Amino acid sequence: MTKVFKAKHAQGEVVEGVCLTAKDGFSARYDLDRIKGVFVRPSHKLLGEAYHNKILVLDTAKGGVASAWMIYEMKMRNLCPSAIIFNTVNPILAQGAAHGGIAMLSGFDCDITAAIPSGSRLRIDPKNHTVEIL
Amino acid sequence: MKLNQEEQAMRAGEFGPVRQIAMEHQIKVGEFFGAEDLVPVSQAHIMADTESLGEAGVAWLEMLAKNSSKDRVVRIPTITDPRGTDFNKAKQLGQTDTMISLERRAIAAFVKMGVSMTDTCINYQTIMAPVFGEHVAFGDTGVVIYSNSICGARSNFEGGPSALSAGLTGRTPRYGYHLDAHRQPTHRFRVSWTPSSLNEWGALGGVIGRQSGNYWSVPIVEGIEGHPGSDSLKHFGAAMASFGSSALFHLLGITPEAIHARDLKFEHLPVVNISKADVMALQSSYRVSDEIDVVVFSAPQLSLLEMKSVAELCAGKAFKKPLLAVTSPQVKPDSDRMGYTALIEDAGGTVFAGMCFYQSYAREIAEANGWKKLATNSAKMVNILGGYGYTPILASMEDCVRAAETGSLA
Repeated sequence: MTKVFKAKHAQGEVVEGVCLTAKDGFSARYDLDRIKGVFVRPSHKLLGEAYHNKILVLDTAKGGVASAWMIYEMKMRNLCPSAIIFNTVNPILAQGAAHGGIAMLSGFDCDITAAIPSGSRLRIDPKNHTVEIL
Repeated sequence: MKLNQEEQAMRAGEFGPVRQIAMEHQIKVGEFFGAEDLVPVSQAHIMADTESLGEAGVAWLEMLAKNSSKDRVVRIPTITDPRGTDFNKAKQLGQTDTMISLERRAIAAFVKMGVSMTDTCINYQTIMAPVFGEHVAFGDTGVVIYSNSICGARSNFEGGPSALSAGLTGRTPRYGYHLDAHRQPTHRFRVSWTPSSLNEWGALGGVIGRQSGNYWSVPIVEGIEGHPGSDSLKHFGAAMASFGSSALFHLLGITPEAIHARDLKFEHLPVVNISKADVMALQSSYRVSDEIDVVVFSAPQLSLLEMKSVAELCAGKAFKKPLLAVTSPQVKPDSDRMGYTALIEDAGGTVFAGMCFYQSYAREIAEANGWKKLATNSAKMVNILGGYGYTPILASMEDCVRAAETGSLA
């Protein structure tokens, strides 16, 4: 039986892929080595993980405004998450997703980082505001 | 979203392709957050250092700037956050020609779009502070939290593409902190100790930011004794925004929306007590080493009074380790004129203007200069630099200057 979760906020196109899940925040500036495409913040729960083409399932957007530019820059270099799912998002990551053209969902009835195990294969459908564990 | 006649015309391209791109971006963001309409804004402030922009971002700006002047120029006063370098001292930092070239291209594009290159993250201290109730579109989280909380202005965090869009359309989507409903407290803190130094104010902001949790949380803080003043609140807010993604706080009896307890609804919220030990614990968590490689005062850029304080501590010293003091292009001439720059540089330090340390290719300049252990009095900066390969250490301004002289915080 498939599990489907409904998000309050959604944007972007349909995406399928494998996820990286962590109960942790996210900032492209604070957490990533964007040249190598890995999490490098020592305290981050995804430390050392490569994020290219992964769907990130995280708790909340953190940090500064740089991520709004950085998502576009990462996308243009083809070294970018394919989508990001948050429990709570801030405007910067939403603006970055809009500018960079990646899918984003936020706001669920449950803790989405507890509900979706890392490594799951997911299908995101922003028009219907849904994420499905395949 | 409801669009008026002019906004519909912008969306349809009647005001040119640049404003059309801007309007489409704003509609995407507004619809994501359920905004009902757009709100006119009086100023925009763009964060756009080239480490963030990269080649792709600069090329995107140049694409916009190629349009006719009628189509490409901003409609409201639009200013910039710090650049990624101080052109006079780029070589000293170990920045490459490629980095400098990218900076020059980005600046040329912004100038063509009519953007004023103020290059500052303390525009509320140096350019034009927004006033109570004024809707603005500000980038830099420290600028937004100060403007919302201390000035009583109304802004969300506006990333570069959104702030530029606001400059081009004169509007921004009406959601978040443009709405009364989002400005009520969600978390209640009671402090039993009032910080005195800037690093302590930053650490307190960090503690509250961490516990508040996310962008939509609005802390109200009780128990602050006296009035902290602008520089303390600058560090307090910048750290809170950095650790917690917070965009608004209230200090009971101090900030304009919390002058009287009756002004806000918070009595029902559970109280979280914060002691001096809690604040010192955050600071101590970054004290992993006494030895240091470099001292940096930045994030936010230093006010004239901070420059004066640093200068007085530097007077007559001879540094073993590099000391970098980073300020705005508006403050730097006064710092020169009043002799503060000379006092810092005569001791072996360097004053930079128009950049911010962590926005200036921090990883690359660490590798170029062999810097790892970095001492600073900025709680915001210690939160950021771990991701850039540094071991950041939070200490007072006095201890940092002493460490530049001796090489150690011990």
